[in-house]
Amino acid sequence: MTEVAREVTLPGPVDAPRRKSVGAGLIGWLQAMPLALVLVFFLLAPIVMIVIVSFWGATEFSIYPDFQFDNYAFLFGSDVTYRVFFATFKYAAITWALTLAIGFTVAYFLAFHVRSQSMQIALFLLCTIPFWTSNIIRMISWIPFLGRNGIANSTLIDWGLIDQPLEWLLYSDFSVILAFVHLYTLFMVVPIFNTMMRIDPVLLEAARDNGASGFQSLVHVILPLTKPGIMIGTIFVVTLVMGDFITVRFMSGSQRANVGRLISNDISLLQYPSAAATAVILLITVLMVIGILLRFVNIRKEL
Amino acid sequence: MEKRPLSFWFLAAFFILFVVFLYGPTITIAILSFQGPQGGLTFPMRGVSFHWFRDLFQEQAVGDIWGAFRRSLLLGLMVMVTTVVVSVMAGLAFRKRFYGSGLLFYVAITSLVIPSILISLGIGLIFNQLGLKVHWATSGFGAQLTWTLPFGLLIMFAVFNRFDKSFEEAARDQGATAWQTIRHVVLPIIAPSLIGVALFGFTLSYDEFARTLLTSGSYNTLPLEVFGMTTNVTSPVIYALGTLTTVFSFAIIGVFLISAWVMGKRRARLGSDAGKGV
Repeated sequence: MTEVAREVTLPGPVDAPRRKSVGAGLIGWLQAMPLALVLVFFLLAPIVMIVIVSFWGATEFSIYPDFQFDNYAFLFGSDVTYRVFFATFKYAAITWALTLAIGFTVAYFLAFHVRSQSMQIALFLLCTIPFWTSNIIRMISWIPFLGRNGIANSTLIDWGLIDQPLEWLLYSDFSVILAFVHLYTLFMVVPIFNTMMRIDPVLLEAARDNGASGFQSLVHVILPLTKPGIMIGTIFVVTLVMGDFITVRFMSGSQRANVGRLISNDISLLQYPSAAATAVILLITVLMVIGILLRFVNIRKEL
Repeated sequence: MEKRPLSFWFLAAFFILFVVFLYGPTITIAILSFQGPQGGLTFPMRGVSFHWFRDLFQEQAVGDIWGAFRRSLLLGLMVMVTTVVVSVMAGLAFRKRFYGSGLLFYVAITSLVIPSILISLGIGLIFNQLGLKVHWATSGFGAQLTWTLPFGLLIMFAVFNRFDKSFEEAARDQGATAWQTIRHVVLPIIAPSLIGVALFGFTLSYDEFARTLLTSGSYNTLPLEVFGMTTNVTSPVIYALGTLTTVFSFAIIGVFLISAWVMGKRRARLGSDAGKGV
C-alpha cells in the first residue's frame, strides 16, 4: 500500500530523474571532498613519499634523492629482518587468539545472558570506556603489578608458590602480549557484541525447540552468525599489533623487537630511506593480510 | 523469572574478572599516586600524601606538562570539530553512490589499518623535504585526522544504515529544500550520534601517540610528554600525572555520555506529539 502511494508522488517529467542524479552526484562529491582532501594530503601523499624515499640514499647526517635498491637489498639480505617479521607475526597470532577467546566470551555473556537492556548498555560501556583513555598510561599501570617487587611477585611469594621473584613478568614477551590483550580486547568485544545483538532471537528459539542444547546453539547458530563481527575485530587487532612499535618497546624494556621498532630505530638514527623501505614492506604485508580477511566480510553491510 | 543456568554464573565470573583486568592496573596506580614522599613505584605504601601531585605543579620537577596539557586540549578540540563536520558531510555523501565512492571508502579503511608509524614517518618526510616545520597544529593535526576520521565515518555509516528515509521524503513532499531537509530533519535526528563522533574525535586525539610522534615538532602533546617521562622519571609523580589525565578522560567521557543520554530522554519526552491532539 505504501509502495503504491510512493509511486504516485514520483515527479512526472521523464528527464527529471536523470538531471537530478547529475546534481546529486555533484553534491555527493562536494560533501565527500573534505574527507578526500584530508586523506590525499595526510594519508596517500605520505605513503607515496615513503615509497619514493625508500629508493633514496643516506649519509650519516642527511638523505639524498637517488634511485637505487640498496635499502631493499640490505633489508632482504639481513637475518634480522626475517626474525623481526617472524616476531611480529607471532605477537599478532597470539594476541589474536587471546583477544578472540576473551572478547567472544565477554560479548556472548553481554548479548545472551544479561537480560535487561539498560544493564546491557551499562556493562557494554564499562567495557569500552578504557578505549577512550590513554594507552601509554594503561601500559605504565602494569609496572607496579609485574615488577620484580611488584604485586604479582609478592603475592605469589606470600602464597608460597615461588621462592624467587619471577623475572619474566616484566620486560618480556609475556608482558608485551599481556599489554596487547589489555589494550585491544575491546576491539573484539565491540564488533562481536554488535553482530550478536542482531541475531534474531527466533533462530535461537527454533534451535531450542528442535532439541539443541545451549552449547549446540552456540556452536551451530551463534558462532556462524557472528563471523562478520569476528572478522572486523580480527582486522583491528591484527593490524594494531602488526603496526605497533611503542607497546613492544615499552613493555619489553627495549629487549624485544618487531617491525615497528625496526622502523623507529632507523628513524632515531636518521636513516630515513632504510626506515621507508622497511615501512613499505610492512605496509604491503599488512594490506595483504587485510585483503585476505576482507574476503570473508563486507564491512559496509555490517555497520 | 526463570532460574539462571549454571553457565550464567561462570560467564558472569569471567566477565567480572575481565573488568578487574581492564580497570585493576589503573586503580592500582591511582592508589600508588598517593604514596608518601619516601614511597617508591610499587607497594608498600610509605605513608599517604599529596606530595606527588604537588610535584606536578612545580614546573621544574617534571618539565612542561601544563603547556603539553593545553596543547593537547586545544588540538583535541580542533580535531573534534573537524571530525564531526567532515564525517557528517562524508556520511551524507555516502548515502548515494558517487563516482569514486568505493575507492574513497577503501582509502578511509586503509587510513584506519595502516601502521601509525607510516603516517608519522611519511608526513615528517614531506614537511622536511618541503622545508616546512612540523608543528602539532598543522602536521600533527592532519596526522591525527587520519585516525579519527575513519572512526567518525564508520559511525556515520552505522547511523545512516538505521536512518528512516521516510522522514526526509515527508519533508521534501511538503516542499522543504535539500538544505532545509538536512538542517531541520536529518541533523536533529542524528544529533545524539554526533555526540558519539565528537567523543571519538576528542579522546582519540587527546590520547594519540604514534601518529603524533614525528609530526608534533618541538612542542610535545601530553601523551608524548608522558612517554618522555617514562624514560627519565622513576618516582610516583608519573602515577600522579597518569591518575590526573585518566580522571580528566573519565570526566570528558562522562560529560559526553550524559549529554547523549539527556538528549535521548528529551527526545523521548518531546519528540512525538502523537495522541495529544492539535
